[in-house]
Amino acid sequence: MDVTLKIFRYNPEKDQKWHYESYTLEAEPTDRVLDVLEKVKAYHDGSLSFRRSCAHGVCGSDAMRINGRNMLACKVLVKDVGNAITLEPLLGLKVIKDLIVDMEPFFDNYKKVLPFFINESPIPKDGKERIQSPEARARFDDTTKCILCAACTTSCPSFWGNEEYLGPAALVNAHRFIFDDRDESAPERLHLLSNASGVTRCHTTFNCTMACPREIQITKAIGELKLAMVTGKLE
Amino acid sequence: MKTHQFEVVVVGAGGAGLMAGLYASRTAKTAVISKLYPTRSHTGAAQGGIGAALGNYEEDHAEWHTYDTVKGSDYLGDQDAIEFMCEEAIQAVYELEHMGLPFDRTPEGRISQRPFGGHTNNETGKPVRRACHAADRTGHMILQTLYQQCLKNEVNFFDEFQVLDVLIDYGKVSGVVAVELATGEMHTFHAKAVIMATGGHGRVWEITSNAYAYTGDGTAIVSRRGIPLEDMEFFQFHPTGIYKMGILITEGVRGEGGVLLNNEGVRFMNEYAPTVKDLASRDVVSRAMYIEMREKRGIGGKRFLYLDVTPPTVNKYAEIDGRTNPDGSPIKVTGEQIMSKLPDIIDFCRTYLGVDPITQPMPVQPTAHYTMGGIPTNKFGEVVVDEKNKAFPGLYAAGEVACVSVHGANRLGTNSLLDLVVFGKHAGLRAAEFVRGADFAPLPADPTAFSREQFDRLRHGSGKENVFDIGNEMKAIMFDDVGVFRSEKGMKAALAKVNELQERFKQVNVQDSGKIFNTELLNAWEMGNLLDMAEVITASALNRKESRGGHAREDYPERDDKKWLKHTLVWKQKGKLKISYKPVVITHFKPKKRVY
Repeated sequence: MDVTLKIFRYNPEKDQKWHYESYTLEAEPTDRVLDVLEKVKAYHDGSLSFRRSCAHGVCGSDAMRINGRNMLACKVLVKDVGNAITLEPLLGLKVIKDLIVDMEPFFDNYKKVLPFFINESPIPKDGKERIQSPEARARFDDTTKCILCAACTTSCPSFWGNEEYLGPAALVNAHRFIFDDRDESAPERLHLLSNASGVTRCHTTFNCTMACPREIQITKAIGELKLAMVTGKLE
Repeated sequence: MKTHQFEVVVVGAGGAGLMAGLYASRTAKTAVISKLYPTRSHTGAAQGGIGAALGNYEEDHAEWHTYDTVKGSDYLGDQDAIEFMCEEAIQAVYELEHMGLPFDRTPEGRISQRPFGGHTNNETGKPVRRACHAADRTGHMILQTLYQQCLKNEVNFFDEFQVLDVLIDYGKVSGVVAVELATGEMHTFHAKAVIMATGGHGRVWEITSNAYAYTGDGTAIVSRRGIPLEDMEFFQFHPTGIYKMGILITEGVRGEGGVLLNNEGVRFMNEYAPTVKDLASRDVVSRAMYIEMREKRGIGGKRFLYLDVTPPTVNKYAEIDGRTNPDGSPIKVTGEQIMSKLPDIIDFCRTYLGVDPITQPMPVQPTAHYTMGGIPTNKFGEVVVDEKNKAFPGLYAAGEVACVSVHGANRLGTNSLLDLVVFGKHAGLRAAEFVRGADFAPLPADPTAFSREQFDRLRHGSGKENVFDIGNEMKAIMFDDVGVFRSEKGMKAALAKVNELQERFKQVNVQDSGKIFNTELLNAWEMGNLLDMAEVITASALNRKESRGGHAREDYPERDDKKWLKHTLVWKQKGKLKISYKPVVITHFKPKKRVY
C-alpha cells in the first residue's frame, strides 16, 4: 500500500522556521512506523533526523507524536494508524532538529526525585538477599516498567503549562521506590513531591496513562502518591 | 575541539559500562561516554534472567553452573575464567538485589529462579532453576538499577557522544576521541585507562534481535588501532525470534514449559535432545529448527515454526515429561500465570503479530542474537594482545564487546547478563587500580586527525552508492551464508561480496553537511564498522574447518579437537587480515562429546 508521511522538519542550521514535508512511499500494513521513517531517510532525505535504537518498544528512544498522539514509532504498525501519517516531535520540550527534542529537562526532573534505591541498614548477616514477600514485590511492579521515553510527561497539559512540574514520568519513578518496602527514604521523597512542582500539579486528565507505551497505570500511581501524602501511610 | 581529562574513561553505558563506571569511580576520576542515553542501551532488551546457582528452589552449585557453561561453550571457553564467573555469580546477584533490583520472589521472599537452556542438575541431567528473574524484563531492571546507582554515586556521564577512536601510540593508551551528537563538535578525552563496553554487532545479519545501535563500534575502533579480535566466527543465533522481524522471544517461554512444534504438530526437540528437549543449548535448537524447515516441516511450508506456551500445551507436555512443581504437585498453569511471568512477550506478540500467546502459538525463526567473540581479555578485563595473552597496559574491555572467553563457541542463556555484571565490575576495579600507579601518556599532536579523516571520506565519495543498499546486501548474504549453517562455497562467496561492498562503500556520499545531530553521517560511519566486522567474521569462519557450537559447517560437520581446540585471533594490518591462534585454558573438564 501507499503511505503518505507528513513530517515536521526543522534544521536549525538552515531553517528560519519549522515546516512540514510530505513523502509518499510503498509500505506493508504490518510495517512499524519506524520502518517507514527509516525508508524515508534511506531513499528520500538522508538529513531527516530522529532517535531510535531497540526498535521493539523497550529502549524508549523514538517517542514522538503520531497523528497527534504520543507513541513509540517502533511500537505502532502502519495498519493501526492508516495511510496518512503525521509525525511531529514531542510537545513541551525544545526541538533540536526534526523529530529530536532536548531531553535534558526531562532527565533533570527525573533526577530530582531521588530515583535510586536507598537502604543504609546493614545487609543480612549471611550476605544474601533482603527478604521481600511476593505481595510486597507486586505492590510496585507496574511502575518498574518505565523506560523513560517521555511520552507521558510530554502529553501532560500541566507540564506544558509549567516547566517546573516534575511530570508523570518522574512521579512514576518516585512511586517505584516509595512503595518498595525495602527502601528507607519514602518520607523524604514524599516531602519532595509535596511542593508546588510535585503531585498537586496533577489534575488527573489521564493523558499520561493513555500515552504510556508500557501501559503503566500512571494516573493511579500518582493517586496513590497523593493518598500517601495525605494519610502518611503507604498502602 | 574540546579536551577533557579523566583518569578512567568508560566507552558505552549498558550493563558492563555502568558497572565499570560505578566501580572505577569509587577511587578514580571517571567518565562514562555513550552514543545513547544510558537507559537506551541494549542490556535493557534482555529478558529471561541472570544465571547464578543460588539454589533458592532446589539443589544447585557453582560447580554445576561452571560445567554447564563449559559444555555449552562446546569446550572453547577458558575454564579458569568460567569458574571465576560462576563463583562470582552468586555474590553478584545478591549485590544487585542490595542495590534495589526488584527480582521476582519465591513464596519465602527469596529471589525467584526459572529453568533455562543448558542449565542442569549435573547428577540427573535434568533442567535446574538457575535463572534469577524480574518478570521477562530482567535486563531492563539491571540497566535501570545500575544507572540509578550511578546517579546516586554522581558518576560523570557524557550522553549522546559517539566515540570514534581510541588513542593508542607506542604501546600506550592516552584516551579516546568522540563527537558530540548535539553539536557535531569533536572532543578529546585524555585518560590513563580506557574501558571498552560498547556491545556487539548483531546488525550484520538480516534477521536480528539486536538494536540499531549494535554496529560493532568498539571492535572496529580497536581493530583499526592494531588490537586483535578473538573468535569472531562464533555468533549466536537465538532459536526464537518473531518471524521476519527477529524480535526476541525469551527462552524463558520454554523455561515456563513452552514447546516448539512443527507443521505436523510434533514436538520435534525430542529427537534432537532427548534429555532436556526444548531446553537444549541455543545452537542445538537453532540447528534443529533449520533441519525441520529444510525437511519441509516449517509451518505452511514457510521458514518458521510454532512456539506454543498456551496452558493446555504446557500442561500436556509437563505431564509427558514428568515435570512437577517444586513441591511435587502436578503442573497446572493458567493463562493468568503465564501472563504474569511473560507480560512483555505477550505484549510484543499482540502488538506486532496480532497473536495472543495465551490462546495461540507464536510464529518463530532463529534470529541473530549475540556476539561470542570480541576484544580478547583476561578474567580481570585487561585486553590481551597476542598468542601468549600479553596484557596491553591501560586498555580494558567488558561485556558483549569482550571475549574473555567465557562463552566459547556458544553462550548459555542468562550468562550474558552475568558476564557484564561480573566483568564490568572487575574491569572497573582493575582500571582504577592501574591509574593509581600510572601517569597520563601524552596525547598525540593532532588527536582528532584520524577521526576527522574517517568522516571526511564519507563526505567526499562520488555518491554513486547508497549506504542502505550496501547494508541490505551485506545483511542478506551474511544471513544466508554465514548464519546457522555454513559451507566453504557459501562463505567464499560471502567474503567476496563483503569485499566488493567495502569497495563500493568508498563511493557513498553523505548529503547532510550539518553539524547538529547529523545522524546520516553517524549511520554511515556505523555501516563501515559493520562491513569491517562482516569481513573479520567471514574470514575467521572460513578458516575454521570444523563444527563447534554456533559455528556449524556442512562440509566439516564434526568437532575436531586435535586441530581446532584453539581460539582464533585476527589482526587487520594495512588492509589485510592476519589470522593466528592461541590455546584454550582447560582446568577440570576434558573435552567430550556434547549431548543434551
